[in-house]
Amino acid sequence: MQPNDPPKLVSDRAPAETSIVVGLAGQPNVGKSTVFNLLTGLGQHVGNWPGKTVERKEGMLSRDGTRLRIVDLPGTYSLTANSEEERIARDFIVHDEPDVIVMIADASALERNLYLLAELLVLPVPVVLGLNMMDVAEAQGIHIEPHVLAAALGLPVIPLVATKNQGASELIATAEHLAREPASFRPARPEIAQPHRDVLAQVRTLLTEHVPAPYREDWVALKLLEGDREVTDNAQSWLPENNWSSIEVLLKEHEDAVLDIASGRYDWIARMVRAAVMHPGLGQISLTDRLDRIAVHPFWGLLLLLAMFALVFWLTFTVAAPIQQWLDVFVIEQLQSWLAATLANAPPWLADLLVHGVLGGVGIVVTFVPILVVFFTALAFLEDTGYLARAAYVMDRFMHLLGLHGKSFLPLFLGFGCNVPAVMGARVIDSQSGRLLTILLAPLVPCSARLLILALLTPVFFGNQALVVSWGLVLLNILVLAAVGIALNHTLFRGQHAAFIMEMPLYHLPNLRSIGYFVWNNTWAFLRKAGTIILVVSIVIWALSSFPDPDVEQSYLARFGQSLAPIGQLMGMDWRMIVALISSFIAKENAIATLGILYGAGEGGGGLAGTMAAVVSPATALSFLTVTMLFIPCVATVAVMYQETRSWRWTLFGVLLLLLIALSAGVTVYQGAKWLGIGV
Amino acid sequence: MLKQQEACLDQLAPGTRAVVRELRGGRGFASRLAGMGISVGCQIEVLQNPAHGPLLVLVRDTRIALGRGEASKILVRESERGQPDAAE
Repeated sequence: MQPNDPPKLVSDRAPAETSIVVGLAGQPNVGKSTVFNLLTGLGQHVGNWPGKTVERKEGMLSRDGTRLRIVDLPGTYSLTANSEEERIARDFIVHDEPDVIVMIADASALERNLYLLAELLVLPVPVVLGLNMMDVAEAQGIHIEPHVLAAALGLPVIPLVATKNQGASELIATAEHLAREPASFRPARPEIAQPHRDVLAQVRTLLTEHVPAPYREDWVALKLLEGDREVTDNAQSWLPENNWSSIEVLLKEHEDAVLDIASGRYDWIARMVRAAVMHPGLGQISLTDRLDRIAVHPFWGLLLLLAMFALVFWLTFTVAAPIQQWLDVFVIEQLQSWLAATLANAPPWLADLLVHGVLGGVGIVVTFVPILVVFFTALAFLEDTGYLARAAYVMDRFMHLLGLHGKSFLPLFLGFGCNVPAVMGARVIDSQSGRLLTILLAPLVPCSARLLILALLTPVFFGNQALVVSWGLVLLNILVLAAVGIALNHTLFRGQHAAFIMEMPLYHLPNLRSIGYFVWNNTWAFLRKAGTIILVVSIVIWALSSFPDPDVEQSYLARFGQSLAPIGQLMGMDWRMIVALISSFIAKENAIATLGILYGAGEGGGGLAGTMAAVVSPATALSFLTVTMLFIPCVATVAVMYQETRSWRWTLFGVLLLLLIALSAGVTVYQGAKWLGIGV
Repeated sequence: MLKQQEACLDQLAPGTRAVVRELRGGRGFASRLAGMGISVGCQIEVLQNPAHGPLLVLVRDTRIALGRGEASKILVRESERGQPDAAE
């Protein structure tokens, strides 16, 4: 055994063979993740591609003693390095050399889907084609004969209806069979169109013996003609100067080759499907057409979008908030009093640490789960039905004002759940400047933690007016977001234009299983990452507020807060609120926990609500809430902002910008209220 | 055959069918469109083309939203309206 061998899972039975690696490829919106979930079940591992923020899903599957490792590749339309996803997918195929690729195609848009197949077949790996959504295709009047298609393509074609669990086991059995006998794989391969065949041969000759394994000369030559940036850079570094300049001349002369290559692939596809597919011609009005009359309508579409928004919020607060409260009162508080009673004989500081520091922190994390679950469920539902793409389409007009386009709407919408996935989600935007701007704006979307703070604190201070104040503050955030976007678009990002090209998938019934996995994976990821941070911070804040003197007013935390009192005064806040704001940098919801500790929740009855309502004026409360809503992003968000921009300058710029906005808004609100004489 | 003139995609009215003649906008643009089904010679139908905001087109059974700037880089030849394409 070599010491640096990666750890392998070894079963007790005699190891039949080394495990088979299956790469699962496909274009976006073809039900690939449904197939992945069917194949791997709960035995899946979700992580990131090394050094990337693109999600990597992997799962194990056992079939009669054979282990299959299934790697879910990012959904990509082609394999030309237009995006990070495409680079990852093809790097995996070229470098990791999977035993077989299973490509999932949408049977209802077969020709477009086979474009990816045409690209895959140029790579040295056997491919099985899974035709998913056969039922959708039938409903559209498209009839496909899989075995005729298989005969034309020279590779196995398996019909699937993944949402009804049809065909998955045959698919994987076929893949396993092909992986064992790769020599039997002799597919039809697309050839480059006549006008460019000679230049391809010339480029190939110039490449000869300069292309290092595992790359292949014919593939590199083809990608050079297609103008693939990454392959071009690589080839330049591999080749002697003479060869490279000859290639450059050839490429310049044949700049239009990319158009011919694409058309050539589609001609090839048309020949492949000619005998296998019966297509009804155009003119049929489908369910998608009918729904789209409303969903993408410039006016009704917008109204529908607003209604969807309202529904998601309403669900979050009517379903999640009561569960949250129940968890807080009946689980966490019960546990706390039980623990306090059990530890009656322990040193007081230890009991206090465990009861308030640790359990208090756990409490915040736990009570956060219902909101996330509801939000992620709503999001998965909207995505899975195909509606979210329409939302992006409808919003495109408005996003243009901010120098963004419709695709930026999706990550920003994600921000209502949590700013971390919002910043990471900005990857779907193709242009560098659009991505950066989306990342800078994302923290202005009020995340569920801030909405939670609103939900908890507004009733305390504003009674019947709580809902109005909450909506007003959410609206303020959106207005500030728009203002900052417009301002940046006319200054730092002036003249940057982003391309908007986006598929509008067919509408279909959501798959509950897929939604379940989505919610589970995302909630668990949040608990794992954010949960630990929140717990640690909760303990640190407890410690800072308990030392050197158990009396909070004499603690380190108080001293720090008091040193910032002059700034706080302008906003009508005392040191306790300043400290709460500072702690919200670690995680927004910490503001509540900190206020709870500092205002002595649970002691003397009345809890946090009673104590605060008695000592805090409405003007101060409004100023505090305004600043909280606009304050600098939490540490997790800042971390991903850096990770995504790879620039401390931009990250710092984003943070300072928000700090400035938040503090000025706080001062304006408080001084304004004071001047008007309201609620002071 | 007077109708068979070249135009930019963003100038077509909803319901118009056309054949793509040329893609202007560089290799990256062309290869992105290719992956989504738009290539020279393919048929394209304009589903929606508002005065402001992106177009919605149907290509190879796929609905695609295209920004106005992107649509203006796609040169097409209009097929006769309401009739099956004569281009093939």
